[in-house]
Amino acid sequence: MSRLSPQNEAVAHEIISRYPWKKSALIPLLHLAQEQDGYVSDEAMVHLGELVDVSPAEVLGTCSFYEMFKREPVGRYLVNICTNISCQLLGGEELLHHAEHALGIKAGNTTGDGLFTIEDVECIAACTEAPCLTVNYRYFYKVEDGDFDAIVEDLRNGRQPTRKAAESGPEGQIPPHGTLALQRQHIPADRVAGNADPDRASAPVWLEQA
Amino acid sequence: MTAPIVQLVTSRLHHADSYTLARFEATGGYEGLRKALSMTPAAVHDEIRAATLLGRGGAGFPAGVKWGFTPPGVWPRYLVVNGDESEPGTYKDRMLMERDPHQLIEGCLIACYAAGLSQCFLYVRGEMALAQTRVATALNEAYAAQYVGRNILGSNFSVDIVLHWGAGAYIVGEETALIESLEGNRGMPRLKPPYFPAAIGLYGKPTVVNNVETLSNLGGIIVRGSEDYKQYGSESSPGTRMFAVSGHVRRPGVYEVQHGVTTFRELLYDEQFCGGIRNGNALKAFIPGGGSSPWFFEEQLDLPLEARPVGGAGSMLGSGAIVVMDETTDAVKACLRVVRFYARESCGKCTPCREGTSWLETILQRIVDGHGRPADIDMLLDVGDNISPGPYPAASWESEGLAAVPFPPKQTTICPLGPSAVAPVVSALRRFRPEFEAKIRRRALGIPVRVEDSTHV
Ligand SMILES: Cc1cc2nc3c(=O)[nH]c(=O)nc-3n(C[C@H](O)[C@H](O)[C@H](O)COP(=O)(O)O)c2cc1C
Ligand code: SF4
Ligand code: FES
Repeated sequence: MSRLSPQNEAVAHEIISRYPWKKSALIPLLHLAQEQDGYVSDEAMVHLGELVDVSPAEVLGTCSFYEMFKREPVGRYLVNICTNISCQLLGGEELLHHAEHALGIKAGNTTGDGLFTIEDVECIAACTEAPCLTVNYRYFYKVEDGDFDAIVEDLRNGRQPTRKAAESGPEGQIPPHGTLALQRQHIPADRVAGNADPDRASAPVWLEQA
Repeated sequence: MTAPIVQLVTSRLHHADSYTLARFEATGGYEGLRKALSMTPAAVHDEIRAATLLGRGGAGFPAGVKWGFTPPGVWPRYLVVNGDESEPGTYKDRMLMERDPHQLIEGCLIACYAAGLSQCFLYVRGEMALAQTRVATALNEAYAAQYVGRNILGSNFSVDIVLHWGAGAYIVGEETALIESLEGNRGMPRLKPPYFPAAIGLYGKPTVVNNVETLSNLGGIIVRGSEDYKQYGSESSPGTRMFAVSGHVRRPGVYEVQHGVTTFRELLYDEQFCGGIRNGNALKAFIPGGGSSPWFFEEQLDLPLEARPVGGAGSMLGSGAIVVMDETTDAVKACLRVVRFYARESCGKCTPCREGTSWLETILQRIVDGHGRPADIDMLLDVGDNISPGPYPAASWESEGLAAVPFPPKQTTICPLGPSAVAPVVSALRRFRPEFEAKIRRRALGIPVRVEDSTHV
């Protein structure tokens, strides 16, 4: 429900500095807002517009195109179940159906306790591990009904689910919704080559001197 | 006899720490970069051109030729790495980014050096959190070790690689939409011409767009040389290619095989690969190159995994994604599911795709739900013809006297997404029309069916 915090604003400036045009940073910044609040608030979009010099309407225009951006709060755990062709062939639709019954909600909705949102999603590039799902974008492979129940049970009890988790260790841990990578890129000041300004035309030195 | 297995691009993946700089350096990593820097940029470009490295993102265009399309004397030029992998059935780029990010970084550097690209943007699909983590970590390591950034390894070659990440939209994988998205906009494709990225790309400047797997091959090619590289694969498709085989095979998985040599039959049936159809079932159909490709059948199994013969036979190798359906598959439901994907992912910029894909979904859905009408089959084909006029690419069916219609389809749309939605419709209708008719006939009989609390007639 808010603008970016001072710490996040500093991160935003670092991201913006890597692009010749500020607006290029918009999608990463929308993710930053979503990481902060769990969703993208109107106030955050106004703030992002100020940061990259575009109107809030343009920020909304970009934001509304991409399905990962939620403009209202979702469950603490966003469960994305793939039903696309490879998963459909091996029971993805039945898994989704089971999930809907187990949680008592239809895909696209959130449980009353605010814990789970289910989505019926398109291919998530794990087709050989079908049927599969992600929880806050952490993968679970070859998921059967019982596995789904175990994952939900663990999350309800504040435990990290391990059954059918694709990764172990910190990378397999499920963060709050909105957090994607566990590591950000940082370009050290003494190592930065600098942006290639589209308005300053000159051949790269390594070509000229070759 | 099946061509021997060679691992060029997946060679490190069996190591548990394959994604670390230490493992990369211990297994010949950044040797390709060092060797490239000892050569002139033009010589590096020639080497890649000579290797005929075909693009692995879908269109299969040779990378060395593509780099040469940037207009001379126009600066700066950019590299945009396509890591948006979202074509149904495709799983290889995520694996390469998560498990060998340095190999990709090395490839980006070699491309920038050879083609004079001044800045690189590495666009990772939004949903791929682990790939983003691993690429960010690898970039941080590579900057610290002088492999990326200013004066790389003490040379006058300087380039930044900027990690960028998306937010969920299949269409952004299309190269001009990728560029729009990278400029912070809604990811809608641009018209070609004039917006060929090589001429007018990112920020209106010449831009090379390459796929993750394409770039991941560069280090190895430079180290071994194009001559050595070409001992693998076929003459027109050298090297290897990664294929994700999913669906009803005994061992679904991602396999690296010799390009243009290994056949579909070998990949699907050999013990060293997928080991045949599950439960000893019969094969019904397979999608050879991702959701966008027309379906193949038993008769096409002996084709090599090579663009030209596959295109002539009516489909495409596309994104290296083979989806296998056995005899238990409901062809109408499978067709609906693929079509629904394109209907959902249509960006809405042009009418035949925006309206057409939704109508295809609506009609197929009512057939599956038991409300199909006898005219629906013709209507499906008619809607398809509005998106892709003329005969749509399809596999031959000898016993029925049907010849193959070669790839690609014609299009009334801005990009190939719209025509992709027609592929499953034409494929399934041509081959499994009785299944559609049976579903429609069931309604025509007029048996009232009680579904929970509503009555459908
Ligand atoms: C609708 C659509 C989606 C695409 N998605 C991807 C993708 O996710 N990844 C990819 O590398 N190429 C994708 N492509 C192909 C790209 O437009 C482009 O041809 C490719 O990235 C070029 O790289 P390459 O020459 O190395 O193959 C897509 C094309 C279309 C029309
Ligand atoms: S064909 Fe579809 S996805 Fe492509 S530009 Fe037109 S509406 Fe958008
Ligand atoms: S179809 Fe489900 S992950 Fe690809």
